[in-house]
Amino acid sequence: MNGPAYNFAYLDEQTKRMIRRAILKAIAIPGYQVPFASREMPMPYGWGTGGVQVTASILGPDDILKVIDQGSDDTINAVSIRKFFVKTAGVRTTTTTVEATVIQTRHRIPETALHEGQILVFQVPIPEPLRFLEPRETETRRMHALQEYGLMHVKLYEDISRHGEIATSYAYPVKVDGRYVMDPSPTPKFDNPKMNDCPALQLFGAGREKRIYAIPPYTQVVSLDFEDHPFAPYRFDGTCALCSATDSYLDEVITDDRGSRMFVCSDTDHCATRRTHGHGASSLCPQDEGEKNGLRAGPGAAP
Amino acid sequence: MIDAEDHALLQARVLTKWYGLQIGCRDISFELYPGEVMAVVGESGSGKTTLLQLLSGQLAPSAGHVFYRMRDGVMRDLASLGEAERRFLFRTDWGYVHQEPALGLRMAVSGGANVGERLMAVGWRHYGRIRGAAKDWFDRVEIAYDRIDDVPTTYSGGMRQRLQIARNLVTNPRLVFMDEPTGGLDVSVQARLLDLIRRLVGELRLAAIIVTHDLAVARLLSQRIIVMKDGAAIESGLTDQVLDDPREPYTQLLVSSILPA
Amino acid sequence: MYALDLVNVKKSFTLHLQGGLHLPVVAGVNFAVQPGTCVALTGPSGCGKSSILKMIFGSYRCDGGHILVRDSDHIVDIATASPRTVLMMRQRAMSYVSQFLLAVPRVATIDVVAETLRRAAPDEARTRAADLLRRLNIPERLMAVPPATFSGGEQQRVNIARGFLPNCPVLLLDEPTASLDSENRAVVIDLIAGKKRGGVAVVAIIHDKQVRDAVADQIVDVASFAAA
Repeated sequence: MNGPAYNFAYLDEQTKRMIRRAILKAIAIPGYQVPFASREMPMPYGWGTGGVQVTASILGPDDILKVIDQGSDDTINAVSIRKFFVKTAGVRTTTTTVEATVIQTRHRIPETALHEGQILVFQVPIPEPLRFLEPRETETRRMHALQEYGLMHVKLYEDISRHGEIATSYAYPVKVDGRYVMDPSPTPKFDNPKMNDCPALQLFGAGREKRIYAIPPYTQVVSLDFEDHPFAPYRFDGTCALCSATDSYLDEVITDDRGSRMFVCSDTDHCATRRTHGHGASSLCPQDEGEKNGLRAGPGAAP
Repeated sequence: MIDAEDHALLQARVLTKWYGLQIGCRDISFELYPGEVMAVVGESGSGKTTLLQLLSGQLAPSAGHVFYRMRDGVMRDLASLGEAERRFLFRTDWGYVHQEPALGLRMAVSGGANVGERLMAVGWRHYGRIRGAAKDWFDRVEIAYDRIDDVPTTYSGGMRQRLQIARNLVTNPRLVFMDEPTGGLDVSVQARLLDLIRRLVGELRLAAIIVTHDLAVARLLSQRIIVMKDGAAIESGLTDQVLDDPREPYTQLLVSSILPA
Repeated sequence: MYALDLVNVKKSFTLHLQGGLHLPVVAGVNFAVQPGTCVALTGPSGCGKSSILKMIFGSYRCDGGHILVRDSDHIVDIATASPRTVLMMRQRAMSYVSQFLLAVPRVATIDVVAETLRRAAPDEARTRAADLLRRLNIPERLMAVPPATFSGGEQQRVNIARGFLPNCPVLLLDEPTASLDSENRAVVIDLIAGKKRGGVAVVAIIHDKQVRDAVADQIVDVASFAAA
């Protein structure tokens, strides 16, 4: 290749050391937002610079990297970031969740259960869960320090009074290890339970806001709620059109210009794996009358 | 009303505050008992707001002490409280009603949430009960239920002030600080608010310290009074005694300056 | 054993706004009131009768001497007592019917009256207030109305009800019958007699000779205490 030579994973070693220190501090204080000296990355803010910096700092030559965006390995962002690390670190990549040692994700947690030794890196836009109600950084820092989280419940209260239920459907606030309230990044609240007692290490990077936080393995993570409005994970009431899964998070796909739609697993690896194991399209999947396009079940389909 | 057996709730001892070379207030000492309402009157620049901020722990004194009897009966020097303790006290055992209601409310959050926030801050986790308590307080401060989900930016000035009072009283504080609670309101609105404050203070046996420049407010709400001028307490004692039989020249001047209605 | 004893009480005003004009009012005031009796203060207008009542209640400062009030088993000197002590005595031991009604905006008459009993007997306060108001010929329909718009006589009767409601050992009355017709005057005379029977010590300023003769056991001429 005639391109420039990069340091392993793009960042210089001193920067990686600084970020690793921040990560260690974050792991020592689960859910606490550790400030770090976020670097200029070759992508604009808002495109995952925080996640990329965390991944770059922890990657080693033997790691196997998976990158997903909204659950999918093949969206433009996932592809770009994966190529970036191939170019700068030369690591092996995979789309198979169980094979990966490091998984960088935007807005979803994989359906496949994670195991010890894996690290899940989240891309975070706004790390401060209290930000929308309290714009002052000085105040929110004090609230975290003094565990003054009444305001968080005010937000949930407002939801219920306005919508009859807690309407927050993503970035649903959680309490980590019984101490810090944390924003789990814009993952759907459907994914919140996966964060609890997870065997993998979960790291969160916010590049623009310059914060890193972490959930060590096997840490208690509880979604905030009210006694009479308990937390309930939400998913479309439907079945994946490709693999018939009834318990995975579904994306709604518009298939033509007449409003036909189908629901498919958001996690592409999960869906593909199910299909290779013989799960086929369900005849019960909700589709409009009209064209069904060619996205039918793969090999070995059974009704 | 007063209970003979109670001990002092708040004690100020030679409380003094300098702003550089400028005196804020000087050598203020008094004791306040549960259920007593004390007015601090004076004209602009008299030091009354400084005193209120010292008493509520928002300013550190240059000299002197403020002691407060905690719920467990122990008398604590405010200066010895940690920040967490002080903030907790401020949110549960105390109320602070600002002259400008927007300073004491969250304007972007519904009325009901404003009242419920302190409850949620002390661990209430039942939406129905929180909302019930908020409705109860709306009733007591005479704001219509149907405004409970509206934000205070849609409330009138008088309503905002009543909401601020509800927000402060929801945790059953024992001591309420008020800074010109009726300042800036129309006369009829003032009358209604004073009435409300008077009623609630009586019903809830609150102790209160009310800063005001209006002697009529002092006469209506307080049993005790401190008259301040240039940072010093000129005269103090029973409200009716000080206002009916003023001894100091400045007090006599103040009292005689009231225009008859 | 007296309920109230004034010993060498002295009072003057210094009007700083009039260049420090010194106005002596009374000096050497000495009298005692036994429980169940009524002392009437007499004397020309301005001689200090109201000032004496106000000093007893603590509304005016006392410049010298002692004002001893017996509160069940101990004695309090109002002249030197702390504000807190005076407030306690006003709640428990002394009731005062002044000439002017402090009209609190928007509070119903019945609540204005009941307020003085609310702490001691919260459940009965309103019923007993209503009884007393009825006895003073205040009609039911006015009880729910704030007294600010009442006539002078009606306001006075509300004042009287408010002062007579609690059971205090000392009752201070400043011209209780001034604006009343003969029927209501008779009611007040009756009420005072009732208080006396209950062991209350009454100090009253009464200009009307007929009323004075009906209730007073002792006359004190305040003019004799005129300060030099």
